[in-house]
Amino acid sequence: MLILDCPYCGATCDETELTAGGEAHLTRHGPGSEDVDFETYLFMRENPKGPHFERWRHAAGCGKWFHAARHTVTMQVFGTYPAQTVEPPQEILDRISEAHPGWSWRSYGDRT
Amino acid sequence: MSEPMTALQGDSFAGYVTVSEDEPRGMIQLRGDLDSSSLRDALQAAIGCGVPDPLAIATGDRGAVAWMSPDELLLLTSPDAAAGTLSQLSEALGDAHHLALDVSDMRAAIRLEGAGVREVLAKVTPIDMATMTPGTFRRTRLSQIPAAVWLSDERTAHVLCFRSVGRYAFDVLAISSRKGGEVGAFQGFRAPH
Ligand SMILES: [Zn+2]
Repeated sequence: MLILDCPYCGATCDETELTAGGEAHLTRHGPGSEDVDFETYLFMRENPKGPHFERWRHAAGCGKWFHAARHTVTMQVFGTYPAQTVEPPQEILDRISEAHPGWSWRSYGDRT
Repeated sequence: MSEPMTALQGDSFAGYVTVSEDEPRGMIQLRGDLDSSSLRDALQAAIGCGVPDPLAIATGDRGAVAWMSPDELLLLTSPDAAAGTLSQLSEALGDAHHLALDVSDMRAAIRLEGAGVREVLAKVTPIDMATMTPGTFRRTRLSQIPAAVWLSDERTAHVLCFRSVGRYAFDVLAISSRKGGEVGAFQGFRAPH
């Protein structure tokens, strides 16, 4: 069971109150873009066994989209944060580094 | 004017908690900038209370105001006050960017009464009912549909859902409160303050 705190209303949400929105922080490439960029935007996704960043929607509640960072194996939640951002907050990255030294996800990770 | 028909036509079910259609209400959807003084003032004048915190329901002398989302409130009034409250709100908000709409017929309202209201709701929603206090307003999932839940006191809970699924919500709550289905999960439970 996955439990996430909605950063907008503060509710402690059971997974069944939420809608999964797939991978977070994608850069959209639309009409007029290079084919390779468009293909990457449409199809290429991370599939980590470890820390992951996702979009979720508080569908049965306040209705807002937000971001969540969790571990795909242990279901440990590192934090949730509002949708109005293009990258994960530093405090969440730090929390993941503390729990999983050496982790990486796209250009993020623990490089110490 | 035609006779208003409520969603459940006054139905009730006597289980170890009594499930019945709640009293008819006027309901107004209000969307806008909840931090703006124009909306705050309009709300104060119309209902007699301020903007509730997230996950809360505030009570004024002319009704109640529930927090629905960061830009949406639901105003609860007496049924015959809805139209007047709406025009008062619209006039007060004037050109300020907002939406105010009479949605009195949009939802079904159900009331639960009895010592076991927390347990009956805990069976069919994922809410941690131990954290609910009178004044908390929680939109959630009720079995397979979205609904909103709040307590007016330790023995009385209220449920709102869309009218089209009102019968489903009523039946789910009736099954959950059937005599013989007592779990005793909240026996000796002391409500948080
Ligand atoms: Zn929320």
